[in-house]
Amino acid sequence: MSTVSPTDQQLIDFVLDEAALLDDLRFDDWLALFTEDGHYWMPLAHGQTDPRLHASLLYEDRLLLEVRIERLRGARTFSQQPVSRCHHLLQVPRVTARDDAAGLYTCRTAFHYTETRQDEQALYAGWATHELVRQADGALRIRLKRVDLVNCDAAFGNMQLFM
Amino acid sequence: MDRYRDNPDAIAALVRDTEVHKDCYIDPEVFALEMQHLFANTWVYVGHASQVPRPGDYFATTVGDQPVVMVRHTDQSIKVLYNRCAHKGVKVAPDGCGSTGKFFRCPYHAWTYRTDGKLLSIPLKKGYENTGFEACEASTGLAAVGAVHTYRDFVFCRLNPEGIGFEDFFGPSLSTLDNMVDRSPEGRLEVAGGVMRYLHRCNWKMLVDNQTDTCHPMVAHESSAGTAVKVWENAPAGTPKPMAVELFAPFVSPYEFFENMGIRVWPNGHGHTGVSDSIHAAYSPAPGYWESMVAAYGEERAKAILGDVRHNTVYFPNIMVKGPIQTLRIFRPLAADRTLVESWTFRLVGAPDLLLERTLMYNRLVNAPTSVVGHDDLEMYERAQQGLASRGSQWVNVGRLFDSAEKSQDEAVTNGTNEWQMRSQMRAWVRFMTAGMREGVAA
Repeated sequence: MSTVSPTDQQLIDFVLDEAALLDDLRFDDWLALFTEDGHYWMPLAHGQTDPRLHASLLYEDRLLLEVRIERLRGARTFSQQPVSRCHHLLQVPRVTARDDAAGLYTCRTAFHYTETRQDEQALYAGWATHELVRQADGALRIRLKRVDLVNCDAAFGNMQLFM
Repeated sequence: MDRYRDNPDAIAALVRDTEVHKDCYIDPEVFALEMQHLFANTWVYVGHASQVPRPGDYFATTVGDQPVVMVRHTDQSIKVLYNRCAHKGVKVAPDGCGSTGKFFRCPYHAWTYRTDGKLLSIPLKKGYENTGFEACEASTGLAAVGAVHTYRDFVFCRLNPEGIGFEDFFGPSLSTLDNMVDRSPEGRLEVAGGVMRYLHRCNWKMLVDNQTDTCHPMVAHESSAGTAVKVWENAPAGTPKPMAVELFAPFVSPYEFFENMGIRVWPNGHGHTGVSDSIHAAYSPAPGYWESMVAAYGEERAKAILGDVRHNTVYFPNIMVKGPIQTLRIFRPLAADRTLVESWTFRLVGAPDLLLERTLMYNRLVNAPTSVVGHDDLEMYERAQQGLASRGSQWVNVGRLFDSAEKSQDEAVTNGTNEWQMRSQMRAWVRFMTAGMREGVAA
């Protein structure tokens, strides 16, 4: 087992690379970054702590993420004909917690995210928090990606891809 | 040029036995008349009593296009007032929930009002002496809506002072609200978990129609629910069925399932799908819930309450209630081609948290702006909104399983794929749009 801990730059690069996979619509590769018990969470309330007994925009385990990704390439997914595109503009991530002994790391990243649908594009702003786990082989995986929108409690139209 | 204003015959001609004219969905004048007449002549849902538990607590919202505030008065009764200062028209309460204490104070010039709307004080009141102020509309304070009725904590109002009574309007349809409340061992609900708000670029009635449209799930939701079932089928044998799959899977049941589950039609445009079965019938039990229901109601009655698994109940004009998963959706009309959908969820007081968790998961998976099921539906509504502009045809068809005998029948149980409920909604639409337009014609 590798005992080499990731540097801050490696953690930062991981977060940047993750967004690049989404921008390239490489969703299978993106899903592979999550641990088996990984979650993607987008709260509905500011400072929300409970994903179970309060509504969230998204609280997806791997099964639900896989359903979403399968759906995006389905022949009868009419809301994705033509497919949507997305663009992540990230501030440099900050490593906000590091526990080398346990192999647990947290990064926080301010972002602007753009999603298209035909001739229209929607802009969202927020902060992504990545809880990362170092695997036995030294690779990093996502246990939780939390996306806090600056206007998480607003009324929205369709959001179809991943921030 | 106005084509429909003060012209009840032209409005009535928009609805045929099996067809609805496209102007009902796309015409701004029809929309304005809906706000003025339909949403004033009918009983419209305002909010839930648990949102205003103490005197001075308020919830500011809209009824049709009218800003209103629902407030708990000092005598514990719930008032619904137009949210408009008598002075310059400023909304005295900001949108959403809050507490105003003993009175509303307008943030512009500090006119204050009691929580029943009566004008309490005006700074420098002397300036109104001998000005004829007492004869002005402003002296009467915040105007109250025409009538308010609270049924088992659900607050409805009728904007017009005169019109159909609450019981006459809803009649037997109230049984769906009864069933949702009775599912609490204490017979009480609380708004819980936040509200999901989803903008739709389509007419509000497309959403209402869709609530009892049982011929679309297996087609439009093949991409979402169908995919969920397929992904799940690849899971290793013996894996426990996740809650999400349990919620998704029934959407892609075959036509036969939806035909057999039935639709019940009530007077005044109310009705529900899921009479003998529904997509909510086969959820896993929550540990401890059955026992607490039996303790509260006895076994026979508990069985009857939980065995009633109605799918979608439309309360005309613009809400839908799901008793078995404690959800209430409001289709708020913003313009002929814009609708805000609010999905509210409730905690069954005294029941296990797992039931609220399931309700919230359902709401997230199906009713959120991030919902794959919602994406399927919205795509269809928006395509319809665009397609209806076509001059290729003037009419929307709602003729499935039509039988002219139904026109003299107020209440019935029928095939679950019958479009009777949609036709019944539009017959009620004509009645409440034109009530009061002709002398001597009551709703």
